Amino acid sequence: MHGWFPQNISTYGADVDRVFYLIYYIVGFWFVLTQVAIVAFLVRYRRRASVPAVHVRGDRWRELAWVLVPAAVVLVLDLGIDAAGARVWDTVKANLPAGDVHLEVTAKQFEWLVTYPGPDGKLGTADDFTVNSQLHVPQGKNVRVTLRSQDVVHSFFLPNVRLKQDAVPGRSIDLWFNATKTGTYELACAELCGFGHYTMRGVFVVDTPEAYAAWVAQHAAAGGGA
Amino acid sequence: MSEPAHGEPGFWRRYVFSTDHKMIGRQYLFLGLVMALVGAASAYVIRWQLAWPESQIPLTRWIPEPAMYDGHLDPSFYNQLVTMHGTIMVFFVAMPILLGALGNFLLPLMIGADDMALPRLNMMSFWTIFTAAVVLTSSFFVHGGPAAAGWTAYPPLSDDPSYTGVDWGQNLWLLALALEFASFLMGGINFLTTAINMRAPGLGFFRLPLMVWMQLTAAVLFMLSVGPLIAGAVMLLLDRTIGTAFFLPQRGGDPLLWQHLFWFFGHPEVYVVLLPGVGAVLEVLPVFTRKPVFGYRTIVYSTIVSGLLSFIVWAHHMFVAGIDPRLATPFSITTILISVPFAIIVFAMIASLWGGSITFPTPMLFALGFLVTFLVGGVTGIFNGSAAVDIFIHGTYFVVAHFHYTLFPTVFFGGFAGIYFWYPKIFGRMMNEALGKLHFWLTFIGFNATFIPMFLLGMGGHMRRIYNPLQYDFLKPLAPVNQFATLAMILLLLGQIPFVLNFFGSLRYGAKAADNPWGANTLEWQTSSPPPHGNFATPPAVHRGPYDYSLPGAAKDFAPQHRALPAAAARGA
Repeated sequence: MHGWFPQNISTYGADVDRVFYLIYYIVGFWFVLTQVAIVAFLVRYRRRASVPAVHVRGDRWRELAWVLVPAAVVLVLDLGIDAAGARVWDTVKANLPAGDVHLEVTAKQFEWLVTYPGPDGKLGTADDFTVNSQLHVPQGKNVRVTLRSQDVVHSFFLPNVRLKQDAVPGRSIDLWFNATKTGTYELACAELCGFGHYTMRGVFVVDTPEAYAAWVAQHAAAGGGA
Repeated sequence: MSEPAHGEPGFWRRYVFSTDHKMIGRQYLFLGLVMALVGAASAYVIRWQLAWPESQIPLTRWIPEPAMYDGHLDPSFYNQLVTMHGTIMVFFVAMPILLGALGNFLLPLMIGADDMALPRLNMMSFWTIFTAAVVLTSSFFVHGGPAAAGWTAYPPLSDDPSYTGVDWGQNLWLLALALEFASFLMGGINFLTTAINMRAPGLGFFRLPLMVWMQLTAAVLFMLSVGPLIAGAVMLLLDRTIGTAFFLPQRGGDPLLWQHLFWFFGHPEVYVVLLPGVGAVLEVLPVFTRKPVFGYRTIVYSTIVSGLLSFIVWAHHMFVAGIDPRLATPFSITTILISVPFAIIVFAMIASLWGGSITFPTPMLFALGFLVTFLVGGVTGIFNGSAAVDIFIHGTYFVVAHFHYTLFPTVFFGGFAGIYFWYPKIFGRMMNEALGKLHFWLTFIGFNATFIPMFLLGMGGHMRRIYNPLQYDFLKPLAPVNQFATLAMILLLLGQIPFVLNFFGSLRYGAKAADNPWGANTLEWQTSSPPPHGNFATPPAVHRGPYDYSLPGAAKDFAPQHRALPAAAARGA
């Protein structure tokens, strides 16, 4: 199974994957158990001459226990899944750390406008610059992104980070991640946004902090003020 | 048309503007099957495009520009097909077949009534959905084509024509949905009125066949949930036509308001479709195991609990939509909690097999097919319900695979189980068993081979509703998986040919059906096949529950509901 996920490059991605596997093993157990029971019953209780069916209604507690006890186990396991998932959800979506780097991403049909703070590290100053559909971040830093949309609902999806957040027009939504491996990855739009939805792809580059700083300096010099 | 003789209704009153619930049920069935062809054809084009993007799609060169260019698919038309596939399959296939056809045909018969309580309203509900289907289909032919914003029609994409280039198509989509809702509201009122007021003497609520319980619960869920979406649809239509801005943030509207209204309806709607399919399976299982359904009352209570829970889970569709993150965990808990009543129902179905005397004619194969495939849909719902996992799999093929594993088993395995089972009663002829079994195995293999790979695509991060996955480097290695799913889908489509041949061939060449060919207990089998106008020669009185199979000491292994209890076999209440 592990081979199917995109390579994880974020601090919390493995936690998301772990909840997936927790659920996978729990429901896998029930799936196998029920399928085996079905097949076994179908073989064992297929019609045979002079063997009548058993008239059992399942309206007594002793009989119903065969159904209700497993269902109670399902309930307990459900609560375990809830607890495990809640912790990871809070890490990714609820308890956002202050970012070492703060970017603004504005989605519009069919591109991502990424605004960088420039060498001074502050948004809203003269050295900010905006690059189309290129998301550069420094490795090992908490990156905070303020996400907006100019037109319709889009969804900011970094498969390798295990992060997805809809960009909703009229709202500013903050998200965060910390990328641990340098390299070039992809930013995808995961919400139908029009005829060019499938082309709404961005390049997602994780640089060493030094290379990131150099890239920012170069763009700030070239692109200059916002 | 000759003058009607002997007070018999003429052609128009008999086959077209009929008030007989059985004819109306048949009309719904044909409507659902015809619309299924449109839904399946759109799925074929979608799947071919995903497997071999932007290639020439076989059999489509007749479709004119700008939808297709000599068999090459336009990206807008792809979005339109995705939208229409979902809309048609949910509202114009699942609901007409499971509620319209099976509900209409069976409900009065199963409760021993001569017709629906409100036969003219029943006729009107059919002709309303027929009009809705015509309106929806006509949107393929208007300038700009049909709706392109997905079956969920999220604004602002669905709100302002400039975002999609679709103008009247989206308006017609909203109109068709409004008519469809009106139709099923009328139908639901009729179902409830009939079942509450017209049950045969002796037929208490806990002697009702489970199919009736499922239809009633579905009708209540639909009536309670559809109001908010009707309001939303009117607001969206006003936004589009007279320039209000309920969902446009530039002028004070909110796009998320639509999502709340849509999913407040959308999730109960899943159960509206699901329950009648489960009901069909629950009628088939006891007949071919020759034993009672295990835990009748427990199933009824679980159904009601799951229906209630379905009203407080809707935001699980919106975990990453920008809602307050503190809402996610409560909605995760309610969502995952639904697994408990459904586990009870599934475990009860499995327990119903234990100790049986099981035979495997076609209806039973489809009922068992439902059981084993619906389990996949059920357990994969836990992944989606977990907000943490949903961050990654939301909007991917994992979700597509999941809901096809809930709806396809319900609509097609449950629906086909019902059609093969009640066909003798509906049309008075038996269907061909060899063709039926061939149909089952092709459907079973084709379905699983199509949708299991989609779970893997979703784990790979493959987004839904993208015209060309090869735009993304990380999706390129998944191309063979897409191709496999498409080939399997073609097998699934070809697998329906035996059904079409069987369905129409048996109308003419099938052996004449006996009144009760399967040896079943419920009242619809205790009259002729097909039943006469007015259903029963003498109104039946009911003496027992619906599933008295293999009573100890009885000569026969079934005991129809209208037979008086022999003193020896009588059990408490």
